[in-house]
Amino acid sequence: MDLLNLKRITDYEWELPKQEEMRVPGMIYGNMQIIEHLKEDVRLGKDWNALKQIANVACMPGIQKCSIALSDVHPGYGFPIGGVGAFDTEGVITMGGIGFDINCSVTTLKTSLKEEDIRKNAKSLLDSLFKIVPAGLGSTGKVRLNFHQIDEVLMGGAEWAVENGYGEEKDLEYIEEKGRVKDADPENVSEKAKQRQFKQIGTLGSGNHYLEVQYVAEIYDKEAAEVYELKEKDVVVSFHCGSRALGHQIGTDYLKKLAEATKKYGIKIKDRELVCAPINSEEGQKYFSAVCCGINCAFANHEVLTHLVRKGFKEVFPDEELPKFYSIGHNTCKKEYHKINGKKKLLYVHRKGSTRAFGPGREEIPKKYRKIGQPVLVGGTMGTCSFILRGTEKGMNATFGSAIHGAGRAMSRKKAKHQYRGDRLLKELENKGIYVRGHSMAGIAEEAPGAYKDIVNVVECMDKSGIAKKVAMLKPIINIKG
Amino acid sequence: MEYELLEHEADIGIRGYGDTIEEAFENGAKAMFSIMVDLKKVNSQKNVKIKCEAPDIEALFVEWLNELLTKKDIEEMSFSRFKVKINKNDLYTLKGTGSGERFDQKKHKAKIEVKAATYSGLKIGKKDEKIFIQCIVDV
Repeated sequence: MDLLNLKRITDYEWELPKQEEMRVPGMIYGNMQIIEHLKEDVRLGKDWNALKQIANVACMPGIQKCSIALSDVHPGYGFPIGGVGAFDTEGVITMGGIGFDINCSVTTLKTSLKEEDIRKNAKSLLDSLFKIVPAGLGSTGKVRLNFHQIDEVLMGGAEWAVENGYGEEKDLEYIEEKGRVKDADPENVSEKAKQRQFKQIGTLGSGNHYLEVQYVAEIYDKEAAEVYELKEKDVVVSFHCGSRALGHQIGTDYLKKLAEATKKYGIKIKDRELVCAPINSEEGQKYFSAVCCGINCAFANHEVLTHLVRKGFKEVFPDEELPKFYSIGHNTCKKEYHKINGKKKLLYVHRKGSTRAFGPGREEIPKKYRKIGQPVLVGGTMGTCSFILRGTEKGMNATFGSAIHGAGRAMSRKKAKHQYRGDRLLKELENKGIYVRGHSMAGIAEEAPGAYKDIVNVVECMDKSGIAKKVAMLKPIINIKG
Repeated sequence: MEYELLEHEADIGIRGYGDTIEEAFENGAKAMFSIMVDLKKVNSQKNVKIKCEAPDIEALFVEWLNELLTKKDIEEMSFSRFKVKINKNDLYTLKGTGSGERFDQKKHKAKIEVKAATYSGLKIGKKDEKIFIQCIVDV
């Protein structure tokens, strides 16, 4: 297979032509720099390369239009990270397109504060948030569940949280899917998965999970910013985490079950991690239902965290309510209607390390934001910046309404740990006015800003290709690393 | 060398070496737990039994690692030493133990969490007279 011969459509859109067993072409949304980085991995003969993964996904039964990689693309397992694959009901649902951290999501909360208010109180706010939000490997939350209660979490999502005193009713409107997907049946989730989660609701996790207090550093789109009610110097709070151990175990359980199904239905896959089942088979539907449970678990987790962040904030700023701006999810498979050859069609859209980014008018978007498209929350690294983008009509047609989820790594964790030192990094960042605290110095080194792609460039590619447009840039003041 | 960590952009590859495949499995588990904790700080006070099976030896490795991760969360443990016995009938079956103690974020110098072992990069091989087995873990 010739992975190096990419066809330039525009400076920001590249096609990997359909060849051999590919059912559809690949499409990559990135500039020369990103494309060259991908090609380099192929030339070096690396065991894991994203172009091969894009091609592998394109070979799967039922894939529609193209196998997509967004500008934060890097090698994953099965799908590339930053990958999107949509399958019709004759197609498959695959583990490789969802992964082990189901509905790993970003929530952004608003404040009525300005940058200087936080600067004056940064250290006490950091202390307060660090104390109240359980994070890091092995941390447990204050909520304790049993088998009966966890089933309610898996069915209820954020609604469960609100009913149980975490978060508020009015938050729900501003969460993707209003905080609850319908097809979740806890019968399809193992006891082990539930048990693993008993103490993990309301915990942040580790690795690339974080909680950040940010300010709006720049506005690019005045009209959209007005609709989103964002002004320069406004302070917001964002956090990134997922369905915790429950999602990990659902992935683990179904890795095995889908391996059996792949064999049973005689589906040819190019990478073992792409294990799958026909969507309409019993195995496929059970997996989809389990994924929905994972999605709801993450929604509930985010709502409990929202409650904790509000509590932590109130200790320093008693009058702050922190209304929800929006919550979006990565690592999901969702039933959505999209236009294929002018006709509305039901698709199962897999987004691995990418997020939904619906354009204007879609009824899934909160009324307040509907006319300009949904907010797309893009998490940066702790030393650089994050972005708020908006979904577009072009994105609806080109990427099934999907956009990037973050900067995307450029360096392995192993290399980052050799190159950076956690304690030095913290000092450097503090000199820049960014207060970082983490549970592990090694973890901080692995997450060094230099280990990631340049987020400004990655976002620029989304904006220039028209997949999602820039609205605002956010800069960190406080960062808590899991 | 007992084990090594491999380069992977987003996640981490782990590889265990051994004179036997069983030893490679044991060292593979060490590699995985070395990502999460400082193995030297974890005492072997409690043994947790693991049983699993798979249609092939590679998949059995992933099963073994994932069972350990499940036990780590449910029993709130850190593991640092491992014992494995593998049999082959219709399926490959593994009986093993993970030894460690109750998880302690400070004492064990907790690092980052491994979410799961994956089929990605999964392979068995030989290097310098030793058998190795490897896969990518999701962090």
